[in-house]
Amino acid sequence: MITKNFAKKDLLSISDLSSEEIIFLLNQTDSFREVNERDIKKVPTLRGKTVVNLFFEASTRTRASFEIAGKRLSADVINLSSTSSSSRKGETLRDTARNIEAMATDVLVVRHPSSGAPEYLGRELSCAVINAGDGCHEHPTQALLDLYTIREHKKEFKDLNVSIVGDIAHSRVARSDIAGLLKLGANVTVCGPSTMIPAKAECLGARVTTNLDDAIRDADVLITLRIQLERGGGLAFPSAREYANTFGINEDRLANANSDLLIMHPGPINRGIEMSPNVADGPFSVILEQVEYGVACRMSILYLLSG
Amino acid sequence: MKTEILSQKKFKSAIKRISHEITENIDLEFPLAIVGVRTRGIFLAQRIASNIKHICDIDLLVGELDVTFYRDDLSSEIKRSKLVTKTSIPFSCKGKQLILVDDVLQTGRTIRAALSSLVNFGRPKFLRLAVMVDRGKREFPIKADFVGKNLSLDNKQSIKVLLKEIDGVDGVFSVC
Repeated sequence: MITKNFAKKDLLSISDLSSEEIIFLLNQTDSFREVNERDIKKVPTLRGKTVVNLFFEASTRTRASFEIAGKRLSADVINLSSTSSSSRKGETLRDTARNIEAMATDVLVVRHPSSGAPEYLGRELSCAVINAGDGCHEHPTQALLDLYTIREHKKEFKDLNVSIVGDIAHSRVARSDIAGLLKLGANVTVCGPSTMIPAKAECLGARVTTNLDDAIRDADVLITLRIQLERGGGLAFPSAREYANTFGINEDRLANANSDLLIMHPGPINRGIEMSPNVADGPFSVILEQVEYGVACRMSILYLLSG
Repeated sequence: MKTEILSQKKFKSAIKRISHEITENIDLEFPLAIVGVRTRGIFLAQRIASNIKHICDIDLLVGELDVTFYRDDLSSEIKRSKLVTKTSIPFSCKGKQLILVDDVLQTGRTIRAALSSLVNFGRPKFLRLAVMVDRGKREFPIKADFVGKNLSLDNKQSIKVLLKEIDGVDGVFSVC
């Protein structure tokens, strides 16, 4: 009898996963990292499988990351974006997805502005569905690569102090990160202006503060979220400059931080607003490693879900 | 029910013999590399490498290979239950005399998968196969060049190669 370490058809959220499933995914990622270091970065596991990236929101790194991940596994990867898709012609999400499935798609990677869209597709379609970010709900693959990056440097999650700074209310990255970190035993603090902290924030399971110095003190890991100017983030504070002055991560604010503090950011960075260039490019920053490990994590997920 | 086929002492001398046979079969002028398959093959490879170094005082590179990605029977069940271990071949195989090592050779499918994997690491001068036990029952045309023990057992019996590094003791057993 084989015991399954990962039992789900789809990857929709971190909240759905058990801590064992998360650990299994992280462990599996090591082997794919090695493939990415080879001269010939290819293994045949997904040969003949079709992976469709269906992105209804703009994305550079997540989509490129999934595309590279699929191709390194020898899959046939197709990229569909909303600007060029039939959704502009008024086709429903269900019809779009069913049409794609009719072409014998094995894995559908979806990013959608509505929370719950990937779950809906997971129920409707028999192929595997991976959530690449849905509305303000979750971004599970980002959380997995964040967890992997943290584990690389800090080894253990138990009692690790992780602070997440930014627009918590609208951040699916924050929700996924919080869920994953709590499942693995870390202590999570969320920080931002009160206009960006959701109501009943304590239900997230994290400590809430509106004081950045409080969030930085004793933190082992600092995850900085992008201020989403394109999503009405501009309404939550008077000006970008005021946000930068109060909540921007710069060298002065890090003066009393732990000497081995890890600085992370899901990207893309608004340099000078939520993070100063010196910090983004500085010695504590592991932002580029996150991108590197992101490909390996996504290879791990595609490998496990592709049947 | 366990039956001993090779005692610890005979196991050790089999490895020594294989190591000697390999040295007689290679050109000392060219670089030598040894790659062990998955878990037990890796420890065998390390022992053979250290024997060879002792015998002819040459430096050889040792690599570790997990063939899971190249298996022809990779199902959803296996993917979701078996953790793929890390392949580590930190050198190019180009121009090298390559010895592939595994514990048991039976159907030949694992070695076929290993060969498919190794192609991606550079073109070796040649590749030879060393196994602790060859128990026949081939399903692919694969032949071992260096064999610790040839066995022919019926299908109901399975072979267990034990290693000090994992099991605390060396030996080959058949189990019904």
